[in-house]
Amino acid sequence: MVDKMERQGIPLVDIPPGQKARIIHIVGGVGFKHRLNIMGIIEGKIIKIITRQPFRGPITIKVNGTSMTIGRGMAQKILVEVVK
Amino acid sequence: MGNPNVGKSVVFSRLTGANVIASNYPGTTVDYSKGRMRIDGEKVEIIDAPGTYSLEPTNRAEEVALKMFKEADIVINVIDATNLERNLYLTLQILERDKPVIIALNLWDETKHLGIHIDEKKLEEILGVPVVPTVALTGEGIKTLVSRIKEAKSAEHIKPTSDEARWIEIGSIIKKVEKVEHKHHTIYDIISEVTIKPVTGIPFAIIIIFAAFWLVRIIGENLINFLLDPFFEDIYKPIMMQLSKLLGSGFIHDMLIGQLINGEIDFTQSMGILTTGLYVPIALVLPYIIAFYFTLSILEDSGYLPRLATLVDNIFHKLGMHGHGIVPTFLGLGCNVPGALATRTLETRKQRFISATLLAIAIPCMAQTAMIFGALGKYGMRYIAIVFLVLITLYLIIGLILNKTVKGESPEIFLEVPPYHRPSIKAVSKKTWMRVRWFLGEAVPFLMVGVFLVNLLYFLGVLQWIGKLLMPLMSTLFGLPGEASTALIVGFLRKDLAVGMLLPLNMNPLQLVIAVTMLTIYFPCVATFTVLLKELGFKDMIKSTLIMISTAISIGFILRVIFFGIP
Repeated sequence: MVDKMERQGIPLVDIPPGQKARIIHIVGGVGFKHRLNIMGIIEGKIIKIITRQPFRGPITIKVNGTSMTIGRGMAQKILVEVVK
Repeated sequence: MGNPNVGKSVVFSRLTGANVIASNYPGTTVDYSKGRMRIDGEKVEIIDAPGTYSLEPTNRAEEVALKMFKEADIVINVIDATNLERNLYLTLQILERDKPVIIALNLWDETKHLGIHIDEKKLEEILGVPVVPTVALTGEGIKTLVSRIKEAKSAEHIKPTSDEARWIEIGSIIKKVEKVEHKHHTIYDIISEVTIKPVTGIPFAIIIIFAAFWLVRIIGENLINFLLDPFFEDIYKPIMMQLSKLLGSGFIHDMLIGQLINGEIDFTQSMGILTTGLYVPIALVLPYIIAFYFTLSILEDSGYLPRLATLVDNIFHKLGMHGHGIVPTFLGLGCNVPGALATRTLETRKQRFISATLLAIAIPCMAQTAMIFGALGKYGMRYIAIVFLVLITLYLIIGLILNKTVKGESPEIFLEVPPYHRPSIKAVSKKTWMRVRWFLGEAVPFLMVGVFLVNLLYFLGVLQWIGKLLMPLMSTLFGLPGEASTALIVGFLRKDLAVGMLLPLNMNPLQLVIAVTMLTIYFPCVATFTVLLKELGFKDMIKSTLIMISTAISIGFILRVIFFGIP
């Protein structure tokens, strides 16, 4: 039940720039999750969306004071909730 | 070792001084540098490992970093003090493995501007290994680092754990050692945002790209005008003229010196191995390679490159690469050889294949650009514009097609966007020098063998013979005089020679456009060809070559139909 609750959330791609969001769940295999984890993209972390490139381009976010650019497809698999 | 962009290489060059060798890790295409230093009179070897975010490799460079870590006696872990939290992840992983470690808390000066206070003594206490604040750019703290290397020890109290636990641990360490004042937006932060947002970032990128080319041109032209041309004209030419007299006329003279123009050696037209054969690569191409590498190093060290990669990722991803695909393209405009070598930075076989093929087809190197301008310049910019328009269109169309048809994966962009740093001229120069030296070692032997083989084929008449066979096709397919075939075949391997052969054929400008465009597209020079063969492997290179040739033939035909109607 808890697991199902956790799986809800909005894909990171749908958060407008300037907003902050908390990562609820990362969809994908162990390898994919680990790649994100290394960079500090981990469930529970708060991230800030810096900008989105137009025409389904990549998204730039800030976690732990580090900015990074991630592809749309990856951002689709990161589910978040908006933090005020 | 440490994360990418933390100033590892600057620390490294501070520790080692001038004696540094850049080499290839055996069996891989990952490069690293190695040097020596003295600790208490004892000579030790020190290695600059590739940047990595963890000890669980996600790419080849990180695999190499892990192997080096395992072989090391002592690990110097370089940390970006302005970004302690993320950097500590790798540090904890290193400390979990029971190796003697010393930590260099680099970019220490920048923490002050950013209002970050780190209690380094406390950090040392918690981690249980020496922590030394450093500013590698100015050399501050490096002495202390060296003197404390022998204190390096392993942290027995830190045990292997999971990703989640590690981040929790990091969170608690940060709470104890770091205080961040209310951060006002620094000028760097503002520039950072402006340059990555599409609305402002794209115009800015265009300005930067123009500025980059301007810098390349300034550096390249000055090197040629004030250094290399005087050397070749005033020092080298008299020696060659003596040699020419000594050899008399005949096969060996024609092979080594080439033809005398008005009784003199003309470095662009004589075509001998020792004259044009040396002049073109050393005096015309090398200065631009230096200029391009220098400019690229500035773009990298300042932190701009990841932003540019972010902005252009969109286009490049649709062509089967990602934003970093701009690096081989940029370098390729100087010389396709460094461009071809730079395709290594892309992750998968598919990305490298597409990037290399597009490079060979649609990116004219400095020599090719000079050729295009030389052949068409007198007829007006209009014709030159047609050639470049065709090339750009081809780059996009072939990229789209290859992305759909080539098997394999094209992973999405995933890269850190580091804060801006003022690049150090010393570090940039050193990097440029190491790259140029590496380029010379990688490319020049192949270039020599290639040029020799081609000259041999040319002198034996093999190329001319193939050219004659193809003569009847020229006018039907491409609307060109039959003799153009020889020039095109020779141009398979030497573009400079080919233009010289095209000019006496009295073609009209449109015919020249067709010939020059085909010459640019259908084959890279012999040096690029050999390097690509090495990078892609035999099978992929055959495929790539077939694509190049069929593209050249189709484009030649299409242009013919557009210009002169259906045959």
